[in-house]
Amino acid sequence: MEVLYFAWVRERIGVPREHVITQAATVADLVAELRAREDRYDLAFSDLSSLRVAVDQELADFDAPLAGVREVAFFPPMTGG
Amino acid sequence: MRISVQEEAFDLGAVATEFASGHKDMGAIVTFTGIVRDLPDDPLQAMEIEHYPGMTEAALRGMAEQAVERFSLGDALVIHRYGRLVPGEMIMMVATAARHRKDAFEAAEFLMDYLKSRAPFWKREITATGSEWVESKDEDEDALTRW
Repeated sequence: MEVLYFAWVRERIGVPREHVITQAATVADLVAELRAREDRYDLAFSDLSSLRVAVDQELADFDAPLAGVREVAFFPPMTGG
Repeated sequence: MRISVQEEAFDLGAVATEFASGHKDMGAIVTFTGIVRDLPDDPLQAMEIEHYPGMTEAALRGMAEQAVERFSLGDALVIHRYGRLVPGEMIMMVATAARHRKDAFEAAEFLMDYLKSRAPFWKREITATGSEWVESKDEDEDALTRW
């Protein structure tokens, strides 16, 4: 699946998007896989309360299932308007 | 309904005039415009706005559709810019058309409250001393509870 990062999450991880091959069942499982990869991921995901997630471009919870999902995005709380 | 996520500036007068035309059964048009505000202590050189192409348009459209339904609007418009803006520039606008002013005003507030914390935009303030991502405010999240 495609994993996208925005704002300071993108800066900490160092890329705006990447293709990830995963069997993760939920967003939380995917986060755990990414954190285990490298320190930059571990740092970016260290406080989930400061992060939001979108699954296939819709806001979701960290326990959202990933079966059939094409795109997951992680970002800080939005500041539009 | 018009939704636009764009880098270029918009002409508030022209957009408002066009929006207000052609609604013979709508007695009230409300527009709100957001401006890049300078910082009092550390002058702002620029504000950079990042967004999530695809999700942004869908989120704005969803909010506008909800507003139309909830406030019986005849029409709704949302324009939001991204990229690098300087103080005084217009960031975004909403416009609502309703039969009476109460619905038009409330729908504009509804749209603004949702835009603040449910549209995937992120702002970064750039000053002479550095740059910082704008943090979301609890009051913006709290504002949604009234709807």
